[in-house]
Amino acid sequence: MSALLTSRNVADVLSGVTNGVIYSLVALSLVLVWRSTRILNFAQGAMAMMATYIGFALLAPSTNYWVSMAVAIVAGMAIGGATERVIVRALYGKPEINPVVAMVGFLLVLESVAAAIWSTSSRGLPTPFSMVDWQLNHKPVAMSPFALYEIITAVAVMTVIAVLFEYTKLGLRLRAAAIAPEVSRLLGVRVGRMLTLGWMLSSGVGAITAVLVASNYFTGLTPTAMDGVFAFGFIAAAIGGLDSPVGALVSGVAMGVILQFVGDYLNSNAIILVALGMLVVSLMVRPNGVFTTARQRRV
Amino acid sequence: MIRVDDVSVAYGAVNALRGVSFEAATGAITAVLGANGAGKTTLLRTISGLVAPRSGSVWMNEARLTGQRTEDIVRAGVGHVPEGRGVIAEFTVEENLRLGAMITSRPLREALAQQYEWFPVLGERRKQAAATLSGGERQMLAMARALIAGPSVLLLDEPSLGLAPLVTAQLMRTVADLCASTGLTVILVEQNARSALRIAERAVVLYLGRIVADDEAAAVGRDDQLRQYYLGMVE
Repeated sequence: MSALLTSRNVADVLSGVTNGVIYSLVALSLVLVWRSTRILNFAQGAMAMMATYIGFALLAPSTNYWVSMAVAIVAGMAIGGATERVIVRALYGKPEINPVVAMVGFLLVLESVAAAIWSTSSRGLPTPFSMVDWQLNHKPVAMSPFALYEIITAVAVMTVIAVLFEYTKLGLRLRAAAIAPEVSRLLGVRVGRMLTLGWMLSSGVGAITAVLVASNYFTGLTPTAMDGVFAFGFIAAAIGGLDSPVGALVSGVAMGVILQFVGDYLNSNAIILVALGMLVVSLMVRPNGVFTTARQRRV
Repeated sequence: MIRVDDVSVAYGAVNALRGVSFEAATGAITAVLGANGAGKTTLLRTISGLVAPRSGSVWMNEARLTGQRTEDIVRAGVGHVPEGRGVIAEFTVEENLRLGAMITSRPLREALAQQYEWFPVLGERRKQAAATLSGGERQMLAMARALIAGPSVLLLDEPSLGLAPLVTAQLMRTVADLCASTGLTVILVEQNARSALRIAERAVVLYLGRIVADDEAAAVGRDDQLRQYYLGMVE
């Protein structure tokens, strides 16, 4: 048993799942915005990065990790809400290219502002758990307390989002506002508020993701810390289907595992190529995403 | 009571409604009739705030509805069943009804039970996706979803569209019964003038955005000129 757990393939799977849940969270945050407003938020990673800076850089270094994380989540939600109200609302009904350009521009603005305030140097964040892998018979298992914390956090966030959307009145209103905004208005749903809330939820999820990413001492916190993760999360969302939270979860984890094997058995430089290849093939075979059915598409 | 006061609506250069004024009495069914493009749907959309009039105003009793947001007009007691029903196909029957019930203070279980009593087929299909319902069942769901909020005014836009004559007749009977038993004010937009006139107390006939007749339903039904030229009711 211990030989199996410490084998190269199992190590790749465990590391892949750890990376994959992060991609899933990024993908989920993109799906939340896409489902409600039909906008691809290219600034998602930068907004999450900014929230993390607010949570960890503005507070005293001695501040408790969990307090900083809570501040980052609140800041992320505030940034998301403000973005929807100030930038996105003016883009509804405009040509599809407008929000794309606007959000790419917003991404660059946020990264520039962060660099101007906090510099481009990597900033180490405190970690609540050890990042040293557990050992079995003096061999590493490719799973550390921190990695387990990442997986548990990701699963908890996804569970909360799923329960919110499927089993609560608020979730019913959020879904209705996204699927049928005019009908929702005719049923008394305050659609504008629901759209803002969708962006806040998405940015809250993004902030949690960015804290997890930046807490990893291999990454640290920089103005561009989320760019790479965002790219993989975006590919996972496109493969899974931008309308499908389940697709975001499954394709994120699957991509993490596949790319871990690619990096281990081929070459770490091939990872991005393989990821882009997966995106191209999936768009050719299932343009709406592997997990999107006709029923899930917006009416 | 709903009062439409000198309402004009334009979509760009196209005038959809021109100085339309009429009253829909409390507890009565007022039919709004006319051919395609007469402005019937625009009239309902203006009452519920989905379309802003260029001039004029809409009142419910002493409250001015014009200028309010649709959500607030609905919360004030105006239910609107849009053309094409507007049922959310991805939701189950019960989810559609729960969505409609969110603005009522009545206990959900009680509100649902009442709709299942009025529309028994919805009770049988409560766990089914709305996409799987027949046209008539979807229309019932759309009406139940509006009624579950407890409106005092119900706007019905072409409820018979695409339905078989028997289903249409049953639906119209249900509307008449609801109106009689609950004191609901109904504004019924219909192309099927015969069905609408059968249950309405009053009828307004629109032609190219103008009112050409506003009278008791029986009188409109007896007017050969209206029947022939505006309502397409050929014997």
